[in-house]
Amino acid sequence: MMDLCGFSSPRSDCFPAGLRVLVVDDDPTWLKILEKMLKKCNYEVTTCNLARDALDLLRERKDRFDIVISDVNMPDMDGFKLLEQVGLEMDLPVIMMSVDGETRRVMKGVQHGACDYLLKPIRMKELRNIWQHVLRKRIHEVRDIEVEEIYTMRNVTEQQSDDGYLFSGDLITGKKRKDTTANKNDDSSSSKKSRVVWTVDLHQKFVKAVNQIGLDKVGPKKVLDLMGVTWLTRENVASHLQKYRLYLSRLQTENELKATLGGIKSSNIYSEDHSSVNVCLQNPLSQNSVTMQQKIVINESSKNLNQKDNSKICEENMNGIISGPMSKTKKALLGDVNDPMKSNTSRLSFGHSLPKIEVQSWQEEKSHFQAEKPRVASIEPSYGNTKSPGIERVTKVESTAALFSVQPQFIYRHAFENNLFGGVAGPSYRLWEDELNCFSSQGVSNPPYADYGCYGSQELIADVPYHSLNFDSEYTSDSLEYPVIDQGLFIA
Amino acid sequence: MQKQLAKMKQSLFDQGYLDEQFIQLEDLQDDANPNFVEEVVTLYYRDSVRLVQNIEQALEKNPLDFSKLEGYMHQFKGSSSSFGAKKVKTECTQFREYCRAGNAEGCKRTFQELKKEYATLKKKLEVYFQLARQAGPVEKACRPK
Repeated sequence: MMDLCGFSSPRSDCFPAGLRVLVVDDDPTWLKILEKMLKKCNYEVTTCNLARDALDLLRERKDRFDIVISDVNMPDMDGFKLLEQVGLEMDLPVIMMSVDGETRRVMKGVQHGACDYLLKPIRMKELRNIWQHVLRKRIHEVRDIEVEEIYTMRNVTEQQSDDGYLFSGDLITGKKRKDTTANKNDDSSSSKKSRVVWTVDLHQKFVKAVNQIGLDKVGPKKVLDLMGVTWLTRENVASHLQKYRLYLSRLQTENELKATLGGIKSSNIYSEDHSSVNVCLQNPLSQNSVTMQQKIVINESSKNLNQKDNSKICEENMNGIISGPMSKTKKALLGDVNDPMKSNTSRLSFGHSLPKIEVQSWQEEKSHFQAEKPRVASIEPSYGNTKSPGIERVTKVESTAALFSVQPQFIYRHAFENNLFGGVAGPSYRLWEDELNCFSSQGVSNPPYADYGCYGSQELIADVPYHSLNFDSEYTSDSLEYPVIDQGLFIA
Repeated sequence: MQKQLAKMKQSLFDQGYLDEQFIQLEDLQDDANPNFVEEVVTLYYRDSVRLVQNIEQALEKNPLDFSKLEGYMHQFKGSSSSFGAKKVKTECTQFREYCRAGNAEGCKRTFQELKKEYATLKKKLEVYFQLARQAGPVEKACRPK
C-alpha cells in the first residue's frame, strides 16, 4: 500500500489488513456474521455483546484497537452513549449500526460523533472500507495539533515569550511542525501515546493552567509548563487545547442561542423524533436514564419535543455539529433551556437531581467551574428524574456529568460560557467550585447510578479517572467534531 | 444434488422467503466455515425463541405497551435481517407500524402471521441445509435469478 501519510509502523505495510476492530452487538447472530465478514477483510476482530464489556476491553489496553463498531440498541447501555464515551475517552473512530435507518437516528449518531452509520443488513463492501475512518482520524489529529500551534503562535506573538522554543519553533510552522507530527504518526499505533486520556484530574490541571495564563494568551507550552505533568507532551496539550477552544466556542454559540431563545418549554424539548434534538437515552431500556450529556434541542424545529419523559437531549452533540450554521436555532433552543432549568431547580427535590439543576442554572450564570472532585451524587443527571417531566430539561446531563466526574468537561462549558458572556475570566471558575461545594454538602446520594444503568455511574464512583468520560460527552463531541466538521456534516 | 439444491434455493427466493443477504452469507462460507449459513440460522432460531416469548407475554398485557413492543420488534427485525428472512422481516415492519398507530388488534394479528412465517421458514431451511450437507460444497456462483 502506498505511503499513508507517514504511517510507517509495522502494520502499516499491509494496512488496512490487520486493522484491529472491536465489534459490539447484543444480537448473537449479527455478532457472528460481522466477525466473519471482518475476518474476511483481514481485520483482527474482537467481539463483545455488552457495551460495558466493550468499554472494559477498551480501557484495559488503550491502544489495543483501531476502531469500534457498535449497534445502536444495546441492552445495558445506549449505543450513542457508548459512542461518546469511546470517542471521548479513547478517541477512537466509532461506527454505528442499526436496522433503523430513520434520518433522525442517523443524525443522532453523527451528532454523537459516529464517523459512520451503517444500516443492517450490512454488506461486506461496507466493512471493507472502514479503515478510511481510522486513517482520517489520524490525519485530523495531526491537523488539530498544527492548528493549535498556529493559534498559539498568534497568541504568543504579542507577548514577551520565554517560550522561545514555542515561538520560533512555531514560526517555522508548517514544515517543522509537520515533520514533528508526521514523525509522531510514524509510530502509528504506538502514537497512541499521544492519545492521552484526559482524566478529571488532568483536565483540571489543564484548565487551571489555562485560566492562570488567560485564554487569550494561552499556548501549549505555557500550559504544559504550568501543569507540571512530566509525561505530557506539548502536542498532547496542543491538541487538547484545540478541543477546549472548540468546546468553548460551542458554548458561546449556545449562549447566544439561549439569549435569543425564549419560549421553548422544557417539557417540549425532548423529542426523539425531532431530528434536531439530540436525545440521549442513557439506557434504552430504562425510561429514566439520563445521559450525561446535557441536551439541548438544537435544531430548527425543536418544537415538538414531547417525547418520552426521560429522553434527554444531547446538546453536546448538537453543539459540536451545529456550531456553525445552526447556531441560530440552537440559540433559540438554548434560551429556552435555561429558563426551565432555573425553575426546575426549585422543583427538583430528589436528592440527586437537585444538585444538578442548580448546577445548570449556575452554569449559565457562572463560569466558575473549577471542577470539583467528582461528586457523583450531586451531579447525577436526572437519572431518577422520571418523576418530573420538567426535569428532563434539566437533564443537562452534561453539567451533571461534569460534576459527576465529568468535571473537566463541565468546566469547559461553563467556565467558558461565562467567559464569553460575562467576560469573566479566571475567577469565575472558582465560583463554580464554590457552588459545587454547596452541592456536595447537600449530601447527594448515589441512587442515580442504579438508574444510570450503564456502566458509567458505577464506575464513575469507583474509578475517578474515568469520569472524564462523562464529560466526555462534551469532550467527545469535541474530538469527534473533527471528522464531522471536516466532512462537512452539518445537517441542517 | 447440486441442481436440486440450486432449484430449492431459487424457489425460496422466488417465493420471497429469502433475500440477497442470504447470498452474502453464503459468500462468506469457506473451508474454515463450510456451513456458516446453517450455523447462523441455527443461532438465530435459538436466540429468537426468547424474544418471541417476550413478545407473546407482552401482547397479553392490557393495555399494550406499544413502545416496548416496538422495541422488541426492532430487535427481531434486526436479527431476521441478518440472514435475509424476507417475509419475517416484512411482518416485523408491519407490526411496528401497528405499534406506532397504537393498533392492538393489528399487532396481535400481525404477530400471528409473523410466527407462521417464522416457523415456515425454519422448516424450509432445515430441508435446504440438509440437502446442502448431502450435496457437499456448493458453488458460490449459484445466484438465484
